[in-house]
Amino acid sequence: MSLKISNSVKGKTAVLKIDGEVDMFSSPQARNAIMELVKQRVPKVIVDLSEVSYMDSSGVATLIEGLQLCHKYNGKLVVAGLRANVREVFELTRLDKIFQIFQDVEAAKTNG
Amino acid sequence: MNAPIIKIRDLHTSYGKRKILKGINLDIYPYETLVILGRSGCGKSTLLRHIVGLNVPDAGQVIIKDVDITQASEAKRDEILKRMGMLFQNGALFNSMTIGENVALPLMEHTPQDKSIIKIMMRMKLSLVGLSGFEDFAPSQLSGGMKKRAALARAIAMDPDILFCDEPSAGLDPIVAAGIDQLILKLKTALRMTIVAVTHEMASVYMIADRVCLMHDGEIKFLGSQEELKKSADPYVMQFLERRPDADRLDPENYYEELVA
Repeated sequence: MSLKISNSVKGKTAVLKIDGEVDMFSSPQARNAIMELVKQRVPKVIVDLSEVSYMDSSGVATLIEGLQLCHKYNGKLVVAGLRANVREVFELTRLDKIFQIFQDVEAAKTNG
Repeated sequence: MNAPIIKIRDLHTSYGKRKILKGINLDIYPYETLVILGRSGCGKSTLLRHIVGLNVPDAGQVIIKDVDITQASEAKRDEILKRMGMLFQNGALFNSMTIGENVALPLMEHTPQDKSIIKIMMRMKLSLVGLSGFEDFAPSQLSGGMKKRAALARAIAMDPDILFCDEPSAGLDPIVAAGIDQLILKLKTALRMTIVAVTHEMASVYMIADRVCLMHDGEIKFLGSQEELKKSADPYVMQFLERRPDADRLDPENYYEELVA
């Protein structure tokens, strides 16, 4: 099933909102959206996962690649609004230790 | 309770004249961990092989997500099987490939993922099973326990809906075995997996099982929760749990005839 993805860039920050189930077949869509922001070398990318009801390991791998690419130009990629089951995937793959995770987009804008 | 994700109906199979499965009926529910238990040769691994479509039964049905895989077209069966992961008893790794290539193979073959994402996923799965840094090793360079863990990493490469494990902790030291059991539990919750594990290790059963299916001589002798298993008054269930050997029923005359025939 395809994802609904929107992004808004204001100043140095982009908010990428993903809506749907991020799985093996839909995650390339999220990857393309992150790649677009990386190409523009946006300094701070906030990935809003509040409407993501499921994320598998291809989803988190996609976010790791995004994080790595942002780091290459000294940018940042943070995640916000994780539902409990998505947070569990982050914990299972121990990515909660790698990503900056925020309660919501507002907290990510202020603190991230 | 949700509708069963797997329904097994009146499944019969035999090897030559020897009947292995004698009319198995079993429902497996989404997101549960069902442990199939029984002594060696009771038919539990054979049952697993039928569920994953590796063996064709003499009679009966194996219905997965409403598709009877004993009757389905090859294309339909493949579609169902892609969403399932299997950890084989002997690991079944490809010896001509590195550990990393073994784990990446199903992702390369069955998903639209870019190579860079596949590499991250492969490393993530190896890290999950405690094999970070071993991606360039050949299977022959690993110990038995490490091979088992690498095989588990491959089985979960695609984040399957249903994970089948044939003796997941056999041959592992108790600490690694407990780690594998814990991982199975985490996978179930975090990745919404249904898990069907075949084992005869009771420590593993008590750690992971939501329900237990005890097989004996090709039939299901008990099906229920761990609590129900412990309370069962069935003589065979009690013998199994108490690890009592069979009584010696040797008939000296028959034995003599056997030896000199």
